[in-house]
Amino acid sequence: MTEPLPGPDFVQLLDPAGNRVQHPDFSYSGTDADLAADLRDMILARRIDTEATALQRKGELGLWAPLLGQEASQIGSARALRDPDLIVPSYREHGVAWCAGVDPVDLLTTFRGTGMTEWPSRPANFHFYSFVIGAQTLHAVGMAMAQQRDGVVGNPEPADNGATIVYFGDGATSQGDVNEAFIFAASFAAPVVFFCQNNQYAISEPMVLQSKIPLYRRAAGFGFPGIRVDGNDVIAVRAVTAWAMERARRGEGPVLIEAYTYRMGAHTTSDDPTKYRQSAEEDSWRAKDPIERLKTYLTRVGAVDAAWLDAVAAESDALAERMRTGCLALPERGLETFFDQAYADTPELLLRQRDEHLAYEASFEESR
Amino acid sequence: MPEFKLPDPGEGLQEAEIVRWLVAVGDTVAVNDILVEIETAKSLVELPSPYAGVVSALLVAEGEDVAVGTPIIRIGEDDAATEVTTGPVLTEAAAEPVAEPQPSTPAEDAGRTAMLVGYGAKGGAVARRPRKGGGVVAVPETDQVSEAYDTANPVSRKIDEVTPSDRLDATASGDYLPPPGRPSAGARGGRRPLSTPAVRRVARDLGVDLNQLVGSGANGLITAEDVVAAAAGGLPGRDRRSPLRGVRREMFKAMTASLQVPQATAMIEADVTGSVEMLELLKARREFTGLRVSPLLVFAKAACLAISKIPEINSSYDAERDEVVLHGAVNLGIAAATPRGLLVPNIKNAERMNLVELTQALNAMVAVAREGRVQPYDLANGTFTITNIGVFGVDGGTPILSPGEAAIMCLGTIRRKPWVVGTGEDERIEPRSVCTVSLTFDHRLVDGEAASKFLSEVATIMSNPGLALLF
Repeated sequence: MTEPLPGPDFVQLLDPAGNRVQHPDFSYSGTDADLAADLRDMILARRIDTEATALQRKGELGLWAPLLGQEASQIGSARALRDPDLIVPSYREHGVAWCAGVDPVDLLTTFRGTGMTEWPSRPANFHFYSFVIGAQTLHAVGMAMAQQRDGVVGNPEPADNGATIVYFGDGATSQGDVNEAFIFAASFAAPVVFFCQNNQYAISEPMVLQSKIPLYRRAAGFGFPGIRVDGNDVIAVRAVTAWAMERARRGEGPVLIEAYTYRMGAHTTSDDPTKYRQSAEEDSWRAKDPIERLKTYLTRVGAVDAAWLDAVAAESDALAERMRTGCLALPERGLETFFDQAYADTPELLLRQRDEHLAYEASFEESR
Repeated sequence: MPEFKLPDPGEGLQEAEIVRWLVAVGDTVAVNDILVEIETAKSLVELPSPYAGVVSALLVAEGEDVAVGTPIIRIGEDDAATEVTTGPVLTEAAAEPVAEPQPSTPAEDAGRTAMLVGYGAKGGAVARRPRKGGGVVAVPETDQVSEAYDTANPVSRKIDEVTPSDRLDATASGDYLPPPGRPSAGARGGRRPLSTPAVRRVARDLGVDLNQLVGSGANGLITAEDVVAAAAGGLPGRDRRSPLRGVRREMFKAMTASLQVPQATAMIEADVTGSVEMLELLKARREFTGLRVSPLLVFAKAACLAISKIPEINSSYDAERDEVVLHGAVNLGIAAATPRGLLVPNIKNAERMNLVELTQALNAMVAVAREGRVQPYDLANGTFTITNIGVFGVDGGTPILSPGEAAIMCLGTIRRKPWVVGTGEDERIEPRSVCTVSLTFDHRLVDGEAASKFLSEVATIMSNPGLALLF
């Protein structure tokens, strides 16, 4: 598949060389200081990711799904959100989680196998990770329809309005769930933004085998706008997401955003991408690194300098150290605690199963 | 002094190969510095250092396969570091480590030999915990997992490696596939009986073979009631209905029409020993090579000869002209049980055939009937019929006429029986081959005398085939 060129169909506001470019429909009105904050988030998100990957390699995590290369898509979109928006991630949205205020150590519980999802999802408006491919899109449409019914959509005062954003990958678009979610969202004009990070591979399946047309054009068939944005351009992602969310909050229905990016790392730590892609392809994308291009721009305009970058590096080192120690200190939950986490009022059947499990555990001579 | 044990870098892997060390003894490493490249069944991965310090020993040599949980490197600034700073340390160091007790608590060890989620997470303990009061031998789960997920062969390969595909021989293998159509009930490998998963489960639990059941539901669907009833000692008798079609319908019509004719039956018990002996002679002759020779053949020939003396046996009634027709030709019908049902194909002009020709004609007709390829021409214009119910083992019967024919001869089974032979002083009982022959006849066209004479002639020829020369 030939890569998209900047133009009306491919929104780009910062090119890979770090130059701001114009787009007929989209622009960014924020300050360079705002962009420096984005850069800090991206650097920290990458550090969270590399540290977790290292923890898995040391045997401290069972699995990790790296986000390497997708920082701009995640930080740019997450920074376009605000209360009372709802965020529904898949399992790779560590950068979005960071922006939503979720402690990276809490993210590790699922991957270490010590708990299910430990973060306080309600205050952060950040839903649990979904490991079932594409299933969360249906949940998100339901949550958006609930927002409609709760009256947080289309109010005259913009600050009262909220919408739902749901994250998924290119592979998920081949799932029935995602297509059903599109249909429901269109039919009910649900205030939901479908944020697809097209990182080019559904594990090992390249995009070209999954779709005969660019993904963003599928939206037209379902009856709502689709737009493709440079997923490695944090400015463009932020501008496009802000537009789509505002439109949804006003009650004008869903939008599909295809953030065209690249997964620089493996699908998960169990995966070896050298088995299915050429290193030349990885090199070409390394030249489009989302962090490098923003750093280049901000350094050139003088918004950040070496001291600033050193400070962020020190901050990320401290964060990594906190993750290392925090990971090892994660309390190991007994299986019985999981029975309490699915329902507000745990049904009788689950209580009975919990008791059976406790009796089974008690039948051993030593405890876990 | 901390040691780094090989973690599980994938999901549920057992071992990995140390491909390349990226640090040497004496190197100072920081946390997350890459120490080593390892290759598992799934991937080639780099392992970062969990510790900061000076590498004091590499415990495994490059190229070795090591189990998850094995210490592979020691990092720390103590006396050990000075011991191994010179010389080829790898082999020396690799031999020593496993025996060395680990400076960790026993409780920690139980969890730390884990492989599924690394030794850090205690949830991955591999040994089965002893049950209270149980003497069960604990089988390490690792063994079970190893057997279930053998990773001897890598699951993937580098994209650039191309393996030539094997050519397959262009020869057929195995039997031909069965022709399309409905498989017979209970056929092995055929379509399984129509039922539902729940009912199949019930059948499995009750030990009922669904192939043996006839379903009572729509389209023969086997229901749970059918299964339960079968398990409780068999199904009650159930009516089975089928439409009257094809050959069965023709038989139904023909036999009903037959009873419009006033008919009577006469019988004779014949000593056919002479014919049976003659058949043995014929079988040995070259003319009959490859042909099936049976007593029916002799009966057919005998009937044709007898008809030449009593022609009304081979007659019919022309209702239109109210005339009796004595047929010039004997179109000899043979009642045959075929896959399609009862058919009576006939051998045209049988009276003109010698024994060889008649045998060939009979063999051909049997083959055609057995294969279900009987044509309307074969069935039309019969003048006389033989039915051989003896093949079913019965002694005899009273057949009814094929419509339009004046007589039908019925052969019983040939049995060895005590038989009175000779006369006067010579009279004695001998074992002979005996057969009951009956003749049902249209009493409007054939009277009792003609029928009796016919049977008598047939019996004479059968008992003494040489007398056929008289005809």
